[in-house]
Amino acid sequence: MSLVGHQPPPIFKRGPAPLARLFAFVAICLVLLVADLRLRYLEVVRNGLSVVTYPLQMAASTPADVVRNASRYFGTLIDVQLENAELRRVQLGAGERLLRFEQLERENAELRGLLEMSQRVQTKSIAADILYNAPDPFARKVILDRGAQQGVEPGLAVVDAYGVIGQVTRVHPIQSEVTLLTDRNQSIPVSVVRNGVRGVLYGVGRNILEMRHVLADVDVQPGDTLVTSGLDGVFVPGLPVARITRVDRETDAFARIDCEPLAAIERSVQVLVVGRASYPPPPPTDDAGGR
Amino acid sequence: MQPTHRSRRILLPVKLWFVYLSLFVALGLEYIPTGRMPGVPDWVAMVLAVWCVREPLHIGMGVGFVFGLLVDVGLGAAMGQHALAYVVLAYLCNNISRRVLWFPGWQQALHVLPLLLLAQGLMMIVRLLAGAEFPGWSYFLSSFTGALLWWPVSLLLLLPQYQPVERDDNRPI
Repeated sequence: MSLVGHQPPPIFKRGPAPLARLFAFVAICLVLLVADLRLRYLEVVRNGLSVVTYPLQMAASTPADVVRNASRYFGTLIDVQLENAELRRVQLGAGERLLRFEQLERENAELRGLLEMSQRVQTKSIAADILYNAPDPFARKVILDRGAQQGVEPGLAVVDAYGVIGQVTRVHPIQSEVTLLTDRNQSIPVSVVRNGVRGVLYGVGRNILEMRHVLADVDVQPGDTLVTSGLDGVFVPGLPVARITRVDRETDAFARIDCEPLAAIERSVQVLVVGRASYPPPPPTDDAGGR
Repeated sequence: MQPTHRSRRILLPVKLWFVYLSLFVALGLEYIPTGRMPGVPDWVAMVLAVWCVREPLHIGMGVGFVFGLLVDVGLGAAMGQHALAYVVLAYLCNNISRRVLWFPGWQQALHVLPLLLLAQGLMMIVRLLAGAEFPGWSYFLSSFTGALLWWPVSLLLLLPQYQPVERDDNRPI
């Protein structure tokens, strides 16, 4: 307001003051962050915006493809021969185990039929290559070269030759994002092979996994192997995950159990995306179940 | 506007489509998968800082917000993480724009370095509060490479605004 009661001429008007706009934008950003990190509401927005970013991303990943293919092309003959010998050796062992496995599987199906138990879940698997680490430095994620077009879905387990390395968390049309087990926000329900004790494995950020929610007096020992329990209804049961390295019972109610992953989590290149062919029926609700 | 305060050359006004084109090119550079290589500069932040210093009337927080969201989507980061950092960066760069162009290139870079560091620090605080793991101090290296590249990048972005030197011997002054 000027002294004579007129508005200032509109040529100098630039909207709200910069500081006010700063606070408005920061407030919007904070809302977005909470909605995404805590409530996971924004996948729709993300998918919408990825229409803009996806062509750029594809174009930008070309240099990485070139470098990867070039290094593969110039790999020396000796390396390939050594790798070939190693693969033949592994193949021999795996073939022998596979023979026994088929027989056991048939036997298992017959026994289950005799006992009138439900059959084991059917699985599906998709072979994939790890392209590169995801660019977000705050999370341990990798990008696979298979996506929704090849049948990858969020939630599937990703395994290498030795065990589980992670879980598919986001699927793009021809790529997908896998959160590794060592990520701090990743967990996986497991059971001990030896006696079936159940627990949940959490990543802690280093190359260590921690099994939580196991009482201090439960029978777990260093050296025990952990496999997926499949109780979550997402993972296929029986995939090897980790080996217990240290059990500390001197804490309060729960034991502190450190494990090392069986899979070469940060190093493997070829992986398999494994999932259930069909999802189990939803758990009964209160009104339908009639306890 | 002049390329530097000492230069006698007058630049042409910048074309807005060139500003947005350069931002999209920076977005493409940002998307190049470099894995965990430390010290890769944040291209969008740099180009945004250059334009916020050079063109404070046209480029500001709104552009920073939109491109921040695009970076978030492309990198798979938390939605709003880069947007928050870029909005603050754009605000501060707009604020120092009248002052910083009076300095030579390397001193301009010294002005911009704390702003880039602040933007990265904001992102780190946000993610650590959300329970992510600390990525190591090498994370902040990218601000330093960004400051090193400040003057080359600003020269590159000013190139299309240079006009040919016209010598008119008959001009009175």
